[in-house]
This record gives sequence, C-alpha cells and structure tokens, in this order.
Amino acid sequence: MQINLEEAFQKRIDDEIKIEPRDWMPEKYRKTLLRQISQHAHSEIVGMLPEGNWITRAPNLRRKVALLAKVQDEAGHGLYLYSAAETLGMSRDEMLNELHSGKAKYSSIFNYPTLTWADMGAIGWLVDGAAIMNQVPLCRASYGPYARAMVRVCKEESFHQRQGYEIMLTLCQGTPEQKAMAQDALNRWWWPSMMMFGPNDDNSPNSAQSTKWKIKRFSNDELRQKFVDVSIPQAEILGITIPDKDLKWNEARGHYDFGVINWDEFNQVVAGNGPCNKQRLKARVDAWEKGAWVREAAVAYAEKREKRNSNKENSNAA
Amino acid sequence: MSNKEWPLWEVFIRAKQGLNHKHVGSLHAADVQMAIENARDVYTRRMEGVSIWVVESKHLHANEPSEQDELFDPANDKIYRHPTFYILPEELNHM
Repeated sequence: MQINLEEAFQKRIDDEIKIEPRDWMPEKYRKTLLRQISQHAHSEIVGMLPEGNWITRAPNLRRKVALLAKVQDEAGHGLYLYSAAETLGMSRDEMLNELHSGKAKYSSIFNYPTLTWADMGAIGWLVDGAAIMNQVPLCRASYGPYARAMVRVCKEESFHQRQGYEIMLTLCQGTPEQKAMAQDALNRWWWPSMMMFGPNDDNSPNSAQSTKWKIKRFSNDELRQKFVDVSIPQAEILGITIPDKDLKWNEARGHYDFGVINWDEFNQVVAGNGPCNKQRLKARVDAWEKGAWVREAAVAYAEKREKRNSNKENSNAA
Repeated sequence: MSNKEWPLWEVFIRAKQGLNHKHVGSLHAADVQMAIENARDVYTRRMEGVSIWVVESKHLHANEPSEQDELFDPANDKIYRHPTFYILPEELNHM
C-alpha cells in the first residue's frame, strides 16, 4: 500500500500536479519542505536585522523610506513563508522555538555585519540578487503553498535589488571616498553572497531527492554560475572590481570561471561562529521575550471583548 | 500568564471592484480587528486589494482529499453539459 501511495505521489510530481496541504505525501517530503520553508522564513526575519541597523542613519528621506519599505517587505515574506510552513503541521510557536533555541538555521549571510551605508547597496544588489536567483525557480516548486508564497515574494523582491544597485551607482558616481566605500562593501559581500547558493553539487547530499520531488529545479552550482555571469557586467557598469583574481571569461564553456570558495569560513558561520551569529539570535530572542506582554495583552483583550459580547447577547435573549 | 498562540485566520482579498474575493494566505491575530489590520499590512502593501475578508481557520470546512474521486464523480460522465457536445451544421454561426 505504502509503495503504491509513493508511486502515485511521484507520478503526480512528474506530471507537474501540485501537492496541496491535505494530500497524502511521504513523511520525508513533508519534513524536507518543513525544514526548507521554515529556514527560509527565519532568514527573512533575521534578514531584517542587518538592514534595520541603517534605517535611522539613511542619508536622506528617499533612501530611508525605500529601506524601510524593503525591511517591511522582508517581514511580510517571513509571514507568507511561516504560514506556508504551518500547512505542513508545525505550529508557528514551535518554529520560533526552533529558531530561538538554535536548532533551526537561517541563511548564513545575515551573520555578517553591516559596517557602512554602502553595505545597504551591496546587500540589495548582491544578497537580494542571489536570493532572487534561488527563489525564482521555487515559484514552480511542487508544493502549492510554498510555490504561491514564492510568487508573491519574487514579485516584491525586484525592487529590493534595484534600490540596492541604485545606492551602489550613486556612491560610485560620487567622491573618491564614496566610491572606495562601495568597493569595500563589494569586497566584503561578494564571497558570502557566493556562498548563499550552498555547497558544491558533489557535496550536497539532499539535492538529488529534492530535485526528484521538484522542490529544487537547478543545482547549487548552476545557480551560482548564473549569479557570477550576471554580476560581472553589473560591476563593470559601477566601475568597481569583484574581489576574485581568477574571474575570467571561458569561451569554451560560455561562462565565467571563478575562484575557489572558502568553505571553511562557510562551515564556521553555519556552525555559529560567524561575526554576528550571537548578536542576531539574541536580537530575535529579546524581541520575542520583550514582546510577550503585548501578545498576552492582546489575547486578554480579545477574550474580554468576546465575553462582553456574549453577555450582551445573553441579556438580549433574556 | 497564557502561552496561547494567537489563532490562525484565512485571508481573502478582492483585488478590485467587480472581482470575487480570493484566498491569499493566512496569518495569526488575537482578534478580528487585528486580523484585518495585519492582513492589510501583510497582503496589500502595494494596493493589491479594495476589500478584505478574514475568517478563523477553524471555521473553514473542506472535503476529504482522499475521497475526492467519489465526490466529483457525478460530473465525469455528463459531457452533454458542455456546448461542444451538440452537433450543429458548420454554416451556423454565432451559437
């Protein structure tokens, strides 16, 4: 029986029929998605922190409203994704507990500090650029609620990248100091952005199954290559240099060759030893704990109102 | 004090006058007013709607997906409900 169910399930996937929350699914499919979607949601939420750092220090009102809107979008993206994950049978509080206890991961990129205003440009351009590259294929993921959430996310994400690139462009057309600031931000964000696509294909054990289930449509290395290929002309327009001496057009491949990623650094940051891991997690836990009274007050108020309404109804009936 | 999770609400948005409300997703809120305000912030940041419905998820009922075939079976063999079932002369236009 189980075998037949799994075969039928795979057939639906092969036929590009979406899976919806109450449909039968293999336990491992459910778990894989739950891990991926909740991790994605956590990344959106933690991802607000590095940028939140600069909202009050944006150089002018135009930049400030744009950054504020971007960070608000990230909160929204986190919420779309949490509700998609909840359809797989884990409560919101459980997911948050996993984040706060350190059991659940989020994208490592957010464990790097935002040292200057130019980092807002580099994050929008590169981090959101890499995220878009990862996310566009997820709009066709086999799980309906995830795919639908990703469609909304992707629609909103393109403004994020453009606002970041515009910040970089303005700095690069400014004083030599401003241009140097943009170059410095590129230097610090380039390699962490490259790591956002995850381990090399031969080192990514779960990829095959995710591909078979059509959660994943392109391999980590394919997406990374695409990111390199589109980023190089963008850096050229800015007139700044990507910090990789091995970047070279490869005529035979029709792609740029690039240098080796420092996977030790990646593993260290994933393991919790990045520059800001502790700070980021503490900010989330503090927000959750200090907001407890608000959540409780809202529940108490709702209960009180409910009671008052039902009393009124009862006395009306009498 | 209560560790109660705020209830889950399903959100339906009317994109513009003349269209029906469409399910867009869900969110948590303590009460109906908060649900509508959160829905506005989460699902209509770019003027995606002119009207919001929210309903607590526990009040939604659905058919069993595993019994889907039986449930929809009655429509399967009634092709005469479709206009193409009827054979009409080719010279007949506009029908």
